[in-house]
Amino acid sequence: MFELLGIPPQVLLGQILLGLINGSFYAVLSLGLAVIFGLLNIINFAHGALYMAGAFVAWMLLHYLGIGYWPALILAPLIVGAFGILMERTMLSRLYHLDHLYGLLLTFGLALIIQGLFRNYYGISGLAYQIPDLLSGGQNLGFMYLPNYRAWVVIASVLVCFSTWFMIEKTRLGAYLRAATENPTLVGAFGINVPLMIMLTYGFGVALAGFAGVLAAPIYSVNPTMGEQLIIVVFAVVVIGGMGSIMGAIVTGYMLGIIEGLTRVFYPEGSAVVIFVIMAIVLMIKPEGLFGRPV
Amino acid sequence: MTDPAANVLLKVSDLQGWYGESHVLHGIDFEVHQGEVVTLLGRNGAGKTTTLLAIMGILAKRTGSISFQGTELIGMQPRHVARQGIALCPEERGIFSSLSVEENLMLPPRIAEDGLSVERIYKLFPNLYERRSGNQGTKLSGGEQQMLAIARILRTGAKFLLLDEPTEGLAPVIVQQIGHTIAALKDEGFTIVLVEQNFRFAASVADRHYVVDQGKVVDMIPNDQLEENSQKLHDYLGV
Repeated sequence: MFELLGIPPQVLLGQILLGLINGSFYAVLSLGLAVIFGLLNIINFAHGALYMAGAFVAWMLLHYLGIGYWPALILAPLIVGAFGILMERTMLSRLYHLDHLYGLLLTFGLALIIQGLFRNYYGISGLAYQIPDLLSGGQNLGFMYLPNYRAWVVIASVLVCFSTWFMIEKTRLGAYLRAATENPTLVGAFGINVPLMIMLTYGFGVALAGFAGVLAAPIYSVNPTMGEQLIIVVFAVVVIGGMGSIMGAIVTGYMLGIIEGLTRVFYPEGSAVVIFVIMAIVLMIKPEGLFGRPV
Repeated sequence: MTDPAANVLLKVSDLQGWYGESHVLHGIDFEVHQGEVVTLLGRNGAGKTTTLLAIMGILAKRTGSISFQGTELIGMQPRHVARQGIALCPEERGIFSSLSVEENLMLPPRIAEDGLSVERIYKLFPNLYERRSGNQGTKLSGGEQQMLAIARILRTGAKFLLLDEPTEGLAPVIVQQIGHTIAALKDEGFTIVLVEQNFRFAASVADRHYVVDQGKVVDMIPNDQLEENSQKLHDYLGV
C-alpha cells in the first residue's frame, strides 16, 4: 500500500470524507445565511438555534407522533420555516429601518432563548436518532468503508445547494430576489410585493437550517448545543466566501470542510483553528470575501 | 391639448412632501391629460424628482391630493400605485447589475394586458436586441442603460409613464433617439410626465411645461407659447 508523506491513504481519504460531510453542513447553513443576509441585511444569529430546532423537530415527530425520517426531512424544515416567518412578522420586520446591528442583537437573543428552552426540557446529554433503515450499513470501497448515511448527507446537501443556486440565479423568481437585494425600493415601485418576498426569503433561509438539522440528527446526537458549536464556524465560512454571495457560500462551505479534514491529517493540533486562520488571511487580503463584490 | 374638456388623467393638488424632517414640496399643483407629454422644468433641487417620487409613493411622507383616474394615491404603497398603471423610470436608471439585459427587461411584472410585446420593444430599441443575452445589465453604455430603463416599463401595460431626466449625460445622437422614442410612445397612446433640465429637448417633445421652483409649481406654459414666454422661462431656470 502506498503512503503519502507517511500517511496511509485510508486515513487521508477517511478524513477527506469526514471533511466533506462537515462541509455539507457548512454549505447548507452558510447558504441560508447568505440568502437572508442578501435580502434582509440581517446577520441571522438564530441560524444555529434553528438548525438545532430542525433536529429536535425530527426527533419529536418520531417520538411523539411516530413520523419517521423521510417525512421529517420535509416536515421539519416546513415547521422551522413557519416559525421563522412568525419571528420575521412579529419581530424582525420592526427592525428594518434601524442599523443591522439591531437585527443581529435580536436574533442573538432569540438564539439564546430557543437554546435555553430546549436545554430546560431535554437537558444537554443528547438524544439518539436512528439512521433510517434504507440508509443503514455501508459500502466497502476497498481503500475505505463508506457508511451509506454519510454518502446520503453529501448527496442531499449537494442537491439542495444546487437547486437553491439554480432557483436564485436562473429563474424569474430568483431575478426578483436578486433585484430586490440590489434595490428594494425600485422593485416595489414596479408593483412587486417586497415585504412578502422578504418574509418568504427568511422562512426559506431558516428552513434550510432546519433541513440541515434533520440531516445531522442521525450523525450527531440531537443536542441543544449542537447549533452553537457549529454556527461560529459557519459565520467564518460566510465571511470567507463573501457576505451575501450564493455561490461563494456553497463552494466555500465544501472547500473549508475538506481543508479542515486535511489539516486533521497533517497537523491535527491546527484543525480547530484552521478556518479562522483562513478567515483572518482572507479579511486582510480580500475583505469582501473570495466571491464577494468589491465594497 | 389644453382643451378643458380633455380627459384629466392625473390631478395633483397642494402636494406637500418631506424627507424626514426636511420639508421639500410646498404645494405642487398640476394636471396631466390623457395622451399628453408634460414636462416639469426647474433648477436643480427645485423638487421635480421629489414630485415623481411622491406620485409613486416612494416619498412616503406626503399630504395633499394625487388623484389618478379618480383614485386617490396619497397614502398608497408604491407597489399599489404601480398596479394602478403608473410606471417610473428613475433618474439613476436603476439597472440591476446582478441581472442580465433580458432579465432586466422582463423584471417588472405585467399589470395590464395591453403592454408592448417584446418584439415591438426590440423594434423600438434595436441595440437592446443585439445585447440582450449574456450581458450584465450594467455593462451597457449609458445610452443603452437609459433605453433599457425605458424599455422595461413599456412591457408592463402601464400607460402613464414618469421619466426622470432620461437625457442626462447622454450624447446628442442618443438624446435625439430618445426624443423619437417619446414621440412614438405618445402616438401609441402613452401619457408621459417628463422631468428635464435640458430645455431644448423638453421643447421638442412636450405639449405643456410646468415650472417648478422651491417645491411649488410657479407657472404653466403651453409648448406653442414658448416663444413669447422665453424671457420669463430663462429667468425661472436661471439659464
